Amino acid sequence: MRGSTHLTPALACVAALALTVTACGGGGGDSSGGGDGVVRASWGDPQHSLEPANTNEVQGGKVLDMIFRGLKRYDPDTGEAKNAMAESIDTDDQQTFTIKIKDGWKFSDGTPVTAQSYVDAWNYGAHIDNAQVSSYFFQYIDGYDEVHPSDEDAQATADTLSGLEVVDDHTFRVRLSQPFSLWPETLGYAAYSPLPQSFFDDHDAWLDKPIGNGPYAIDSYQRSQSMKLVKNKHYGGSDKPKNEGVELRVYTDNNTAYTDLQAGNLDLVDDIPASQLGNAEKDLGDRYINQPAGIIQTVSFPMYDENWQGENGRLLRQGLSMAINREEITSRLYHDTRTPATDFTSPVLGESGGYEKGLCGETCEYDPDRAKELIEQAGGLPGGKVTITSNVDTGSHRQWMDAVCNSINNALDASNACTVNPVATFADFRNRVQDHRMTGMFRTGWQMDYPLIQNFLQPLYYTNGSSNDSGYSSQEFDDLVDSANSASSEEEAVDQFQDAERIIAEDLPAIPLWYQNGTAGHSERVHNVKLNAFSVPVFTDITVD
Amino acid sequence: MGRYIIRRLLQMIPVFIGATLIIFLMVYALGDPITALFGDRQPDPATARALRAEFNLDKPLWQQYLLYMGKIFTGDFGTAFNGQPVTDLMRHAFPISLRLAIIALVLEMVIGIALGVITGLRRGRSIDTTVLVLTLVVIAVPTFVLGTTAQYFFGVQLGWVDPAVSPEAPFGELLLPGLILCLVSLAYVTRLTRTSVGENVRSDYIRTAVAKGLPRRRITVRHLLRNSLIPVVTYLGADLGALMAGAIVTERIFNIQGVGYQLFQGILRQNSPTVVGFVVVLVLIFLLANLLVDLLYAVLDPRIRYA
Repeated sequence: MRGSTHLTPALACVAALALTVTACGGGGGDSSGGGDGVVRASWGDPQHSLEPANTNEVQGGKVLDMIFRGLKRYDPDTGEAKNAMAESIDTDDQQTFTIKIKDGWKFSDGTPVTAQSYVDAWNYGAHIDNAQVSSYFFQYIDGYDEVHPSDEDAQATADTLSGLEVVDDHTFRVRLSQPFSLWPETLGYAAYSPLPQSFFDDHDAWLDKPIGNGPYAIDSYQRSQSMKLVKNKHYGGSDKPKNEGVELRVYTDNNTAYTDLQAGNLDLVDDIPASQLGNAEKDLGDRYINQPAGIIQTVSFPMYDENWQGENGRLLRQGLSMAINREEITSRLYHDTRTPATDFTSPVLGESGGYEKGLCGETCEYDPDRAKELIEQAGGLPGGKVTITSNVDTGSHRQWMDAVCNSINNALDASNACTVNPVATFADFRNRVQDHRMTGMFRTGWQMDYPLIQNFLQPLYYTNGSSNDSGYSSQEFDDLVDSANSASSEEEAVDQFQDAERIIAEDLPAIPLWYQNGTAGHSERVHNVKLNAFSVPVFTDITVD
Repeated sequence: MGRYIIRRLLQMIPVFIGATLIIFLMVYALGDPITALFGDRQPDPATARALRAEFNLDKPLWQQYLLYMGKIFTGDFGTAFNGQPVTDLMRHAFPISLRLAIIALVLEMVIGIALGVITGLRRGRSIDTTVLVLTLVVIAVPTFVLGTTAQYFFGVQLGWVDPAVSPEAPFGELLLPGLILCLVSLAYVTRLTRTSVGENVRSDYIRTAVAKGLPRRRITVRHLLRNSLIPVVTYLGADLGALMAGAIVTERIFNIQGVGYQLFQGILRQNSPTVVGFVVVLVLIFLLANLLVDLLYAVLDPRIRYA
């Protein structure tokens, strides 16, 4: 009894503390940082050093987009590739291109951008000795095999790409190893940026403070902490920044960035944490942005495993696809920041670019009865069950995998037909995928490099394609892709790519799950915030009160 | 005393080698980190090979370890995947985490011992029960919850502090994270002191001191506290290292770019130079803190002798 009498004041104390804390709540944070016109945005630590050909993730790409302008730029609204530094890109045979660049452009250190700046940068990016993770972007240029042999032990037999030739200060010629009609449209990717002479003269100094030719120039850069960008006074393009500059702050956790946005210490968060998606609309109102991005999530099948081959394998894949309730998962789990996928591309391409709603047909629609029928027709799942494998260290993959498995189990009326096989780290997961050690379904997300239908198909499904994780191979598909690449007009190319896509929908080496949206939130201090097709904010357009 | 210190320092060598070897093996067992650098794309074999050669990943494990240890003694801790020398990361991260740990340690020492003495002397009274319940709450609720709640109330609702700490991480901004970080240890220090004080207060020498008519204050500080602090000091010593390494959660919540953050990044990206490098320094801090604790025993209780 003694205990209880003494507990009362203790509880009262706790309650009083809680009351004082909540009572003072609702005061609102002071919005620090006055009208200096600088946008304060969240950032993540880039994975590699900031070099155009060595950056393959969003955080580094965000900076490259601000400090570089290449030959083309993808329109922030439509995703269409438009000339930026290119005056013209001409070809007669879809294989040799003559590129003229605009006059008067300068790097932020004042040196002019010439044809040589491009040729030097591309040669650097392609060369094996520089070990750039994105060097495959130069693989279509003639002579790539000599500077970057694919064999593991081979040495480069040439220093420069034989397909690159400087004609004069503002003209250079590119010869590809095969016809590729859409090639000029790929040139908006950051890997094709020009580099100033200082990059080659003092590489370490350049990496400490990269110099480019874009709308912004780096004022100061503390690695893994923050970067301050100011207007590039030498910028030659038309999209000059409408603000005084951008301060990128590295956040160790995007939840903290979101809290900082709420407290008024930050202007822009371009990745709303999954746990806040449910509240974001209520918290931010029209300052919450949720729009399509060029990302599609799929699960692939190990086509190298005999269980998944042949006609029965195809029926199994179709059945599994129809057993997944995409609508429910995207609305409940993702609060409509994903859209059920009905083809293998992305809505950001637009219809003229090759996106076709419903191309996948009824295979991608939820029909549990038909799913059960198809799987029974195929003789049941191999061994009576199937697994979904993915890394679970990032991206809250565990949740959707559980949801997909539940959906399959419900459709098949079997509680253990589908199980999740979590892998601890991304590296381990990728190693297993590389080594073809998968036995069931596994996660294969794809974020586009450039808004082209080619990019959603060729790397993923072409025989031995650079991201063909399922090991899929179809002569018919390959032929159609080859023919589309040498088509003389863009429309013709897109049509043929869609024909190739129909073969994928038929063979189904991967099942489309959903298209991913980009999400962002901003403060009341900034306006005109939007995301481009890569779900990166268009910083130049942002205005500050 | 001098011989004791030398012997202790020599004992550190095998501990140091063992700890680094275990960490090295653990990171290595996670698999090949190079594939992950290429994202969802199949690595280009030639580039992957060049990268492996650059980070010595193409050599047998024992050779990697020897190369690594050899370089450590020249002060070269290798390079992270983003091209930054690990020593640069350390130069920035350790001072921040050390500041955070010192704040946490001071807070838990001052508040924890004070609360412990008060409750120890007033066992069974209402203040004792209150503190006991509060410490139980603190121990039971995960740091993550305490941290985010405090961050929301003080950062967003009240606006007293910034929810995120700036990259420079000055002392003032680290007060709240430091408090959150030390709360669990603070609860243990309180309970440890309380028990110790509670036992000693009934001992003969205290009764003698009271009988001699010594002032109450002198009894508490010079006689009671001094004898009660040995277990507490042991705990605090081990805690300094734990605070630095265990700050991963707190540092994430408050956006502090310290040791916890760099370790987390290193593990996520499977960057063995970063992980092993940071752990090596942490091991050293642990060992030195423990040595310091052992030396402090003699100050608290002169009967303890070193041989």
